[in-house]
Amino acid sequence: MRFLMMTTDDGSAAGNPPDEKLFAEMGRFIEEMSRAGVLLATGGLDPRATHIRSSGGKITVTDGPYTEAKEAVVGFALIEARSKEEAIELSKRFWQIIGDGQGVIQQVFGPGEPMPGQ
Amino acid sequence: MTASQTHSDTHRAIDAVWRIESARIIAGVARMVNDIGLAEELAQDALVAALEQWPESGVPDNPGAWLMAIAKRRAIDRLRRRQTLERKLEEIGHGLETEDPAPEFDAALEEEPIEDDLLRLVFTACHPVLSTPARVALTLRLLGGLTTEEIARAFLVAEPTIAQRIVRAKRTLAEAGVPFEVPEGAERAGRLASVLEVIYLIFNEGYAATTGTAWIRMDLCQEALRLGRILAELAPREPEVHGLVALMEIQASRARARTGPSGEPVQLRDQNRAHWDQLLIRRGFAALLRAEKLGAPPGPYVLQAAIAACHAQARTAEETDWARIAALYEVLVRLSPSPVVELNRAVALGMAYGPQRGLDLVDALIEEPSLKGYHLLPSVRGDLLARLGRHEEARAEFERAASLTQNASERTLLLDRAAACARP
Repeated sequence: MRFLMMTTDDGSAAGNPPDEKLFAEMGRFIEEMSRAGVLLATGGLDPRATHIRSSGGKITVTDGPYTEAKEAVVGFALIEARSKEEAIELSKRFWQIIGDGQGVIQQVFGPGEPMPGQ
Repeated sequence: MTASQTHSDTHRAIDAVWRIESARIIAGVARMVNDIGLAEELAQDALVAALEQWPESGVPDNPGAWLMAIAKRRAIDRLRRRQTLERKLEEIGHGLETEDPAPEFDAALEEEPIEDDLLRLVFTACHPVLSTPARVALTLRLLGGLTTEEIARAFLVAEPTIAQRIVRAKRTLAEAGVPFEVPEGAERAGRLASVLEVIYLIFNEGYAATTGTAWIRMDLCQEALRLGRILAELAPREPEVHGLVALMEIQASRARARTGPSGEPVQLRDQNRAHWDQLLIRRGFAALLRAEKLGAPPGPYVLQAAIAACHAQARTAEETDWARIAALYEVLVRLSPSPVVELNRAVALGMAYGPQRGLDLVDALIEEPSLKGYHLLPSVRGDLLARLGRHEEARAEFERAASLTQNASERTLLLDRAAACARP
């Protein structure tokens, strides 16, 4: 099963590029996950987001930065795990390397696959 | 949350930790005791300790290190006891000579990268002294962290059969005195081939299966992919490891497209390519590139991956670069001659240069004893004959192929083609 692990930020880091230390820590995590054979894809997200909204046939595009955005996703790792518990265990390792912060884990399902839990 | 809920949560967490950590723990302990059977026993002891303590104390912050520490402590106890026993025996024999502790005891306690131990474990579990089914079972057990029951279910074999297979395999390794090490020099290539064969067998057991429930099967494919990806990081300078990973990634990318709504197989040319997993295809290409960058002449897995990549690159079946595929098969057949590879080359030749070119090669294979009873031979021949307008001969070939296949939906497909030949 695939899980998307996302690190979120409350907006305080918006506009500030991640520092060298974080890059080094992320590198360590990526290496460890690759060695475990579970990492499929990973990346960081530019906090200067573009907001797109469709409403009643009208599409509005607003450029960031989004200081008001709560829990903006700043990075992700797509992993292949054998169970939800395994995904959680792997996520714990991530936070042991990174230190303080927060994130979300969600199972990913593809077209034609039943939604998890159904 | 009720107490029993927390309890089962902890058990599931322990299960997950075990899945992630067991191979490393067994590998680390095996270097100390030089016996993978004993190492697994000691690692299991650590698991039992976790099952006893964690529901009360909670899962520790670094569960892997906790388990490793317990397992190694048990290993040291064993080594001490063995040493004491040996010393006593010695004292009886030689009077009261004092001796230094055995040097290997100190060596066992030295910290070494766990990756080296894992690679030793891979090579030991796939040792040629074991039969192929034993290697497969032992690899899934020691490196995949699968239970005997899970292995039995995946291979549709009774659980005691697998349990016995694993016990015998461990005994065989111990009796043969197989050292816990990574082979070097002339031995290495052959030993690596054995490792790759085991991983690809696990993958194919999941991929090519005609029986069993789908999810177990896909689990086997995932397990093989995981083992391959781990091996690629353990032995990054081996092009064939990356070749095998590339081959599995690209084949797995088609998993969703290769069966129809009622589970019937869909052939490559008829697959909906929009359902191919582009992420896995890209990973496959990346692995192939890693292999090519090492600069060695391509081995069988790199060649097969390159062929799979040709298909993955084609946006439609018509866009397939059959000339390149035929050329790759030619190199492959020279490297590892096999009538089945020749048959595949005939298909590629027929697509690239017209059916007659393919038929010439197929006709040369008809007397091949290893292809007797192989349904794809008449199936391919029928296809080429039909394209040449020789419908009556084609019909006979499709009917023969239908009578040879074990797969019901494939039989239907072949009989349909035979019927189509009767009314060209």
